[in-house]
Amino acid sequence: MKELDPRILLAVFQEMLGTMLWPLLALVLLGTLAFLLLVLRERGLRSRRLVRAQLLALPGGALALWIMASVSSSGFTDAGGPADWLLIILVFALGAAGAVVVGYTLAGWLSGNSRSDKLINT
Amino acid sequence: MPVTPAQRQLIDSLLHAPSGRRAFLFAALCAVAAGSATAATPARVKTQARIIIAGAGAAGLTAAARLSAALDGASITLIDARREHFYQPGFTLVGAGIKPSGYVVSRTADYVPAGVELVAERVAEFDVDGNQVVTDSGKRLPYDFLIVATGLQLEYSLIEGMDTQLIGQHGIGSIYAGPQAAEATWRAMSAFADQGGRAVFLRPSTEMKCAGAPLKYTFITDDYLTRRGTRGKAEVVYNSNNKALFSVPIVSEKVRMLYQERGIAVNYERVLTAIDPGKRIATFSTPTGAEEQPYDFIHVIPPMRAPETIRNSPLPWTADRHKAWAAEGWMEVDKGTLRHLRYANVFGVGDIAGVPKGKTAASVKWQVPVAVDHIVAQIAGRTSPAVYTGYTSCPLITRLGQAMLVEFDYENNLTPSFPGVIAPLEELWVSWVMKTMALKPTYISMLRGLA
Repeated sequence: MKELDPRILLAVFQEMLGTMLWPLLALVLLGTLAFLLLVLRERGLRSRRLVRAQLLALPGGALALWIMASVSSSGFTDAGGPADWLLIILVFALGAAGAVVVGYTLAGWLSGNSRSDKLINT
Repeated sequence: MPVTPAQRQLIDSLLHAPSGRRAFLFAALCAVAAGSATAATPARVKTQARIIIAGAGAAGLTAAARLSAALDGASITLIDARREHFYQPGFTLVGAGIKPSGYVVSRTADYVPAGVELVAERVAEFDVDGNQVVTDSGKRLPYDFLIVATGLQLEYSLIEGMDTQLIGQHGIGSIYAGPQAAEATWRAMSAFADQGGRAVFLRPSTEMKCAGAPLKYTFITDDYLTRRGTRGKAEVVYNSNNKALFSVPIVSEKVRMLYQERGIAVNYERVLTAIDPGKRIATFSTPTGAEEQPYDFIHVIPPMRAPETIRNSPLPWTADRHKAWAAEGWMEVDKGTLRHLRYANVFGVGDIAGVPKGKTAASVKWQVPVAVDHIVAQIAGRTSPAVYTGYTSCPLITRLGQAMLVEFDYENNLTPSFPGVIAPLEELWVSWVMKTMALKPTYISMLRGLA
């Protein structure tokens, strides 16, 4: 672990996720693209939808932590030091942010433009 | 892996930087590496050299992958009779009931690089004066370079009364003997943890692979007893072969403190000599004579030494140069280059190498690129500056869900990869996550020459 090369990371992730790696990456990429397109189309973020989507942050973060614990054969009382809390915060934040973006994007594309929503910025 | 001069300079400064600077340099290295991700791969060295790799375990396969990537036209032959490949760092997890035995088993053939020939036989003789090896079937294979990666031999029979068939019965466990044995050990330990009683742990007096494993398994058993509410009815005893718990003093001291905290008793200078499965009594040699210890569960770790074919060859250390290593048959290689000290075209990597420390997959990860670089440089007519510093690492599990990511070198220095973030002597979940999630993919990538 003395060198950190993106190609090594890619090889390791490929071994870790197997055939799931590319579909997952594609999903992340397409999801981000769908979110950006939505923001462009609506010329900004819709505040009401965003607030509603933020309700998903808590379950999203919790789900990410649950998945992490399950794939690493961990319990929920294993945090031992600051580095552990950093990782827990990181995993939770990723899960929370992911859930909000997914919720916001899905709601946006499924419901179309809602004129009653106020724009946060235009 | 292509390395530009700029990267090389950065890697050099990285390796020699004080730990505080290393983290910063990591970021810089990432940037440089990312920038050159599309850079052209340096031309492979054209050669017709015949290279034989004896042993297709972690070290042999990694060497084959790296050599075939660096050389064009070389004849590379792997010799190994075993068709299954064992991910040995996972044996502890199988023994701990975390993973099934299938987790550690795959097929050797899956990792043999294209263009490399796999001879499914055992090397019967190393004729290093004649630059050839002889296989079981009598095939003579001449070479220009020889990489010995045979691994080592577990010598259960040197413990009186011990047999691998006993693993899983009579309270006897031993995760080292293979995937099935590791699983049987889990069953025996789990049954013990339900009842409590006296658990006896130990390590052999020989050099051994992963010297952290005996300590880990003691911690894990202690944790299961605690979780199942039987710790109060149990006595946990660790028997060290010498006066320390680990070869790196600062780690040894940390483990001593943790054992004391958890009520794990420690005996020093105890070496298992005999076992009576019927009576459940283990006999240890001590400086003052034999000592019998009763047990309800015992984790047997056998003496380890070089395979017979190596011991019967001119490759091991000689008694006048290193008495203990000569007796166990470890190869006489330079600890920095892994090149044999008497046979310049022979290298020893992995468990068979007679060097201080090591005998882990992490050692392989850092030894093999050095040995390979020296071979490729010699073929190309240049000199390699690559040196192996003895770096190795051990995610020392201290309870289920936590480990200490111990990294060190020949000089007993701690060499943390993530200084300031992952403290080497701190029990951390993040280190456990690395062990259970990231280590196997990294290992497999290493076999393929990608990490």
